[in-house]
Formats: sequence, C-alpha cells, structure tokens
Amino acid sequence: MGWSGEVAVAGVYESPRRKAPGVHPFQIQAECVLGALDDAGLSLSDVDGFCTSASSPGEGAGWMDICEVTEYLGIEPTFVDGTDTGGAAPIAHAGHAAAAIAAGMTDVVVVSYAGCSYSGGGDFDSLPSTWGPWSYEAPYGFTTVASYAVAAQRHMHDFGTTPEQLAAIAVQCRANAGPNPDARYRDPITVDDVLASPMIAAPLHRNDCCVVTDSGGAVVLVGKERAADLRSKPAWVLGVGEAVGAMRMSQMRSFTETPGAASGRRAFEMAGVGRDAIDCAQLYDSFTITVLLALEDLGFCSKGEGGPFVESGAIAPDGALPINTDGGGLSSNHPGRRGVFALIEAVRQLRGESPGVQLSDPRVALAHGCGGQLTATATMILGV
Amino acid sequence: MAAAKPVPTVDELNRPYWEGARDQRLLLQRCVSCGHHQFYPRPFCLACAGTDLEWVEATRAGRLVTFAVVHRTADQAFAGDVPYVFAVVELDEGPRLTVTVVDTPLDTLRCDMPVMIVFTEIAPDVTVPNARGTA
Repeated sequence: MGWSGEVAVAGVYESPRRKAPGVHPFQIQAECVLGALDDAGLSLSDVDGFCTSASSPGEGAGWMDICEVTEYLGIEPTFVDGTDTGGAAPIAHAGHAAAAIAAGMTDVVVVSYAGCSYSGGGDFDSLPSTWGPWSYEAPYGFTTVASYAVAAQRHMHDFGTTPEQLAAIAVQCRANAGPNPDARYRDPITVDDVLASPMIAAPLHRNDCCVVTDSGGAVVLVGKERAADLRSKPAWVLGVGEAVGAMRMSQMRSFTETPGAASGRRAFEMAGVGRDAIDCAQLYDSFTITVLLALEDLGFCSKGEGGPFVESGAIAPDGALPINTDGGGLSSNHPGRRGVFALIEAVRQLRGESPGVQLSDPRVALAHGCGGQLTATATMILGV
Repeated sequence: MAAAKPVPTVDELNRPYWEGARDQRLLLQRCVSCGHHQFYPRPFCLACAGTDLEWVEATRAGRLVTFAVVHRTADQAFAGDVPYVFAVVELDEGPRLTVTVVDTPLDTLRCDMPVMIVFTEIAPDVTVPNARGTA
C-alpha cells in the first residue's frame, strides 16, 4: 500500500513501575511521554499529535480522556485519537497516527497509555451498566476471566486443545521474563505449576491469566524526513490492520475466531510480506487462550492447530516464531491496554534492545493487540 | 451480606422481553418482512434492516454453545454463588443468549448439549431466563 515504510516508530518507553500505590495514572503517562520523546531526541514542544485511551476508573480519567491527558501534559495537539478498542487501542492509535503522518496531517505523534489496575481498584468483573445491551448480561455473573474461558472451552471442544497446551504459553512467557529486570514475575514455572494454580473460571487457571500491574508506556511516530534527523534507529511501519467484533457474549459470531483474522490479513497485505518473514511476534496475552487464537487468526498455523504449534516449541526464542520476548502480559506487565507494550517490545527487538530475550538480528516484527472480550484487534508489522 | 444482584433496566424497546420473562415466557423479535429472529432487541432487523418487528414466543429449546465454571469473582453480588456456570446458549430459532446453567450437574456439561430455557426470580418481580440441561 502507498505509505508502507514511510512512517517510523522513533521513540519508545515502558515504565519500570509495576506497583504504584498512591500514584495517579496521569503521572505515569507523563513519565512515559517524556521518556519516549527523550528516546527519540524530541521534546514536548515538537508534539502536534497525541493519542491515548483512558476511560476506565483505574486510568484516571473522568470525562473526556484525551483532553484530560493533553491538558495534564500542557500540550494543544491538532491531531488526536482516543479510539477505545480496549487493549488493542494503542496499536490502533499508532496505525491511525501513521496514516495521518503519511497524509501530511501531523508530524510528531505520541501514543501513550497508563493504568493503575493493581492499586486503582482493578474490578474487571462488574459490568458498567444494567441498561441497554448490558441488561441482557448483567444478571449472569460475567467475569473477565469467564469471558475468555468460554473461548477456551469451545476451542477445546472443537479442536481437542488441552489445558497443557494453553499452559505451555504461560510457561514460555515466564521463561522470557527471566532476564527482564522489570518483569512482575521472573521465576521459571512448569506446565504442572500452571495446572496446579487455582481455577479462576474453568478451564482457565490463575496462571493462564495475565499479571495485574500499575504501569504505562508510550511510543513516538514520525515521518521519513523527521526520522532521519533523530538519534534513535527508526522502526518502519510496514503494515497496519484493525477489526472490531462483538462486546457481549450473546452477540459473538464465533468463540474460536477473533477479529484478528481480519486485522492480520490487512496488515500482511499492506506490508507485502508473508508469515515466514516475521522474525518475532508480540501477541496480546491477556490470557493464554488469547495468544492461541492470535497464532491461528494471524495465520502462523491453521485454525485448530494452535495447541500442537505451541507444544512443538515454535514460540520459543529458538523456534519458528518467538513470541512475547519480554515476558508479555502473562509475566511482565499488564496494567490494562497492553497493546502499547507489544508495540514497544517489537521495536526494542528490531533495535536489539529487548530487556527480556533479545533475538539475533530480527528484521521484521509483528505487534498484535486484542481488547474487550476478544472484541477488537489491531495488528502492526514493523521492519528495519 | 452479599451485595444485591444487578437487575436489568427496562426500557421502551425491551419491555415485552422482560415482562414476558416475568410471566415465564421467552419472547424474541421476529422480522415481519424476512422472518429473521433476533436477540437482543433492536428497532430494526439485523438481517434485512426492516423495521416491522413483532414479538413471538420461542420454543425455549436450544444447545449449549460454550460455558465457563466461575470459581472466583470480584463482584460481591455473585461471590456467594461460586461455582456457577456462565454460558451462552443458541436457541432453536437462531439467536443466542447469555445465561447461567442451573440444576445441571457440572460434570455433565458439554458444548452442544441440549438445553431448555427455564426462569429464575432474582429479585421481587424480576425474573430472568436461564438454561438447564435436558440430556
């Protein structure tokens, strides 16, 4: 597509925070914005575009989240995006920002996110309303884990996927977190450890679930000319895609295929590369099943083959498709919309700066976000 | 004491659905133009965009699409109910409902097993559809 390779991620920053009691999430956003700009060699006065999504209580906003955060930062951007597709949002924002830069609408865009889910009241089980579409879900004891467990259950039924295969994903992410000094958990675990951890919503155990942290991250996007003047090594945006499905369980068309099939197809088409060109994939890992579905939907294995694929060791650093090389959300960091961290780690890999397991000279990396209840996805392919 | 269960808010469009449930009848919207059944209620047909919709009583028979057995929840209104079954059923008419599976041994639950919609009073004058295994 026209602007593939014309826009770069030129700055990244992940907060080292994991527990931040008493800290407002806007403070963490500010730390991340300044950190990412400094990484690029830019300052706040260079920023004319800003994206964030901060609509949940643990994210600090009350009314108009994007305006609340830009005010806090003391900037008056002329390009903004506050699209709320949950955990996919930061990657969606980066895609929108890249398109806007390519179209000449804006020059320097920061995509930022922070949340305090650990300290700020991380109740992911109470629904936001009993009105309208929520009225048909509210009486039934929805929990976030259950909303992913129903996908795991159906995948197991249709394809014979096993709890051991899902657990292998958590085990790999933990191994990758080992060298990462900021990861929430670093001690190795086994498949048996995952299966022995408490059942939260069967068939998902506690260790099938992501960590809950207070943290944030930011990235800076610029066009080709600007990138040439900056001190960081640019990671070029080769392809982007996004897709949206249903929020409510009763409205899901499928429990075994996510919108990732559509967002991935668009990202690969734009990038003009095949699956075998991807040197590493940073896949949204709210739960182990989220990763399994992404592997299939993005075309790294066929539908239903995700279990044998992970069991074969393909997702290990020396496998065909290393994933979540910083430990991911399952072991390192998950304050909420962790798409920003998938994007940051993709860029760090391409620069040779992963805090987890650095691969040998990766050239093309994929970042994939998935938000809501397998509701919305965004996929970005980057290269150097 | 457990927090009160969330109770669905009745509005102009869904009033027949919730009043039907109170009378232990499962009502669905059916499009007069194309015959499509749909849930949840909208002011138009999701299949043909027609706006002539009627309420019809469903058979209450369906299959269990998928389920999760909830062992932990942060929601105090449901914390006393664990383990409970959060599930999605597909009615013979086509639409899917989110429900709790009741009166069915946990070890008999299977995807695609036949279920029947039953009704549970969750608060005075508030009754909601649930599902029970019929195998």
